[in-house]
Amino acid sequence: MTKPSRIKPPLGHDNGWWWQQAAAGKLVIQRCSACQALRHPPRPMCGECRSMAWDFIESSGRGTVNSYTVLHHPQFPGYDYPLTIILVDLEEGTRLTSQLVDCDREDVSFGMAVEMFIQEDEDGFKIPVFRPAVKELN
Amino acid sequence: MPVSLKNEAAIAGIGQTAYTKHSGVSELALTCEAVSNCIDDAGIDPAEIDGLVTYTLDSSDEVEVARSVGLGDLTMYAKINYGGGAAVGLIQQAAMAVATGAAKNVVVYRGMNGRSGQRMGRGVSGDIISSDLIHWSWYMAYGMLTPVSWVTLIANKYMHEYGATSEDLAVVAMTQRQHALNNPAAAGYGKPMTLDDYMNSRLISEPLRLFDCCQETDGACALLITSTERARELKQKPAVIRAVTQASTQGQEQMTSFYRDDLLSLPEMELAARRVYEMSGLGPDDIDAACLYDAFTPEVIMQLESFGFCGRGEAKDFIKDGNLTLGGRLPNNTHGGLLSEAYIHGVNNIAEGVRLIRGQSCNQPQGVEHVLISSGVGVPTGAMILGSS
Ligand SMILES: [Zn+2]
Repeated sequence: MTKPSRIKPPLGHDNGWWWQQAAAGKLVIQRCSACQALRHPPRPMCGECRSMAWDFIESSGRGTVNSYTVLHHPQFPGYDYPLTIILVDLEEGTRLTSQLVDCDREDVSFGMAVEMFIQEDEDGFKIPVFRPAVKELN
Repeated sequence: MPVSLKNEAAIAGIGQTAYTKHSGVSELALTCEAVSNCIDDAGIDPAEIDGLVTYTLDSSDEVEVARSVGLGDLTMYAKINYGGGAAVGLIQQAAMAVATGAAKNVVVYRGMNGRSGQRMGRGVSGDIISSDLIHWSWYMAYGMLTPVSWVTLIANKYMHEYGATSEDLAVVAMTQRQHALNNPAAAGYGKPMTLDDYMNSRLISEPLRLFDCCQETDGACALLITSTERARELKQKPAVIRAVTQASTQGQEQMTSFYRDDLLSLPEMELAARRVYEMSGLGPDDIDAACLYDAFTPEVIMQLESFGFCGRGEAKDFIKDGNLTLGGRLPNNTHGGLLSEAYIHGVNNIAEGVRLIRGQSCNQPQGVEHVLISSGVGVPTGAMILGSS
């Protein structure tokens, strides 16, 4: 029997392209073609100017932890517990929820710098997650 | 045609089942029992019921309830969205119907095998690609599958910024458990909770523990809404609807409004507060007791600020002074609430609001003129003020 895997997102018109970019190794942010406003989670229309034209930019993957929680219970198959969930402020200005990995529980903090990498699950599913940012050497 | 719902309608009947962990009957059966009890409580003929309102999440369709209970011809039926965010929205729908003549006597209900059947705490799943499913999928993929996981991202931020602690959350949990000790219908009846008990309860979604989370319950609760005039002719003292509103604000998502600039407040609850105070002509000082929605303890703390009982960041101090207890400034959830009575998606909190106006609470404070009641937190929500006639 294969190990249970995480619940996969359904791939609809409004979100499938984002996961395809993740599968290609990129964390992307939807951008309005008319007013250039960035938005996440993706939606079909720009709430700023009502344009339905959009493209996307690739995020640097750098951000800071706006908030977090560590999940203990209930435990669902396909996830490792304790499971640290973070709300990340990306340096481009949008936010997303994700998972913090390679980080001890005691080391998680508000405002900590994190960086994205694409994690490949055992079943081949690729998903953007974060780890503590490596301090750049001068 | 009235231009305001103020004082147009009243809650004239309440009915409930036993609240248990295993009902052994269908959700429809629970609902029928609660609706039937509600009709008897009001002293009205079932044939006079011509409107029904419930939750989109409810499994008992209006016509099934009408057939089973033997209700009359229906001229209005509706389902309100967003889980516990629907709660007082049911009353708004019913009050609008009564005020416009769309229906004369409306029963609102919620019946659920919330413990033995579909457990809210067990999380979400789905296979139809709707905007709703795509919304949840941003969180499902990462393992955020439960209401508590969504709520805690906001709650932890609030606690960090304002210095609220687990001891503060415990005040909410313990106060409401204390109330439940006098309520034989409550899950917390006969089960006192000490600070040690609270601190020793298992971590669920840090920093929230088991005792920060509401009960999962089998049971049903129903309420009858009719014109204030008619309510005066029925058996019980009317709980007059001074004001009621739904509320959803910019950047609103269902449980996951993580993308607003300010994450330290509840903008939709602030909108609900402005609306009910304006409609009723009342303010926080006029509110004698409350049933603030309490699926999770931090929700109570944050709402005290939304409704103006204290300033931003001050709720932890407000509750430390005993203000949520029976002798305090704002006795809250005097039946035990969702935390310690039962989780009937907030309808049971409305029922307690009605009992407080009637003078029938198991923990009845003196001189209750106005009670504030809110719908679910973190979702499109609403609020209501009930008054004595
Ligand atoms: Zn735009």
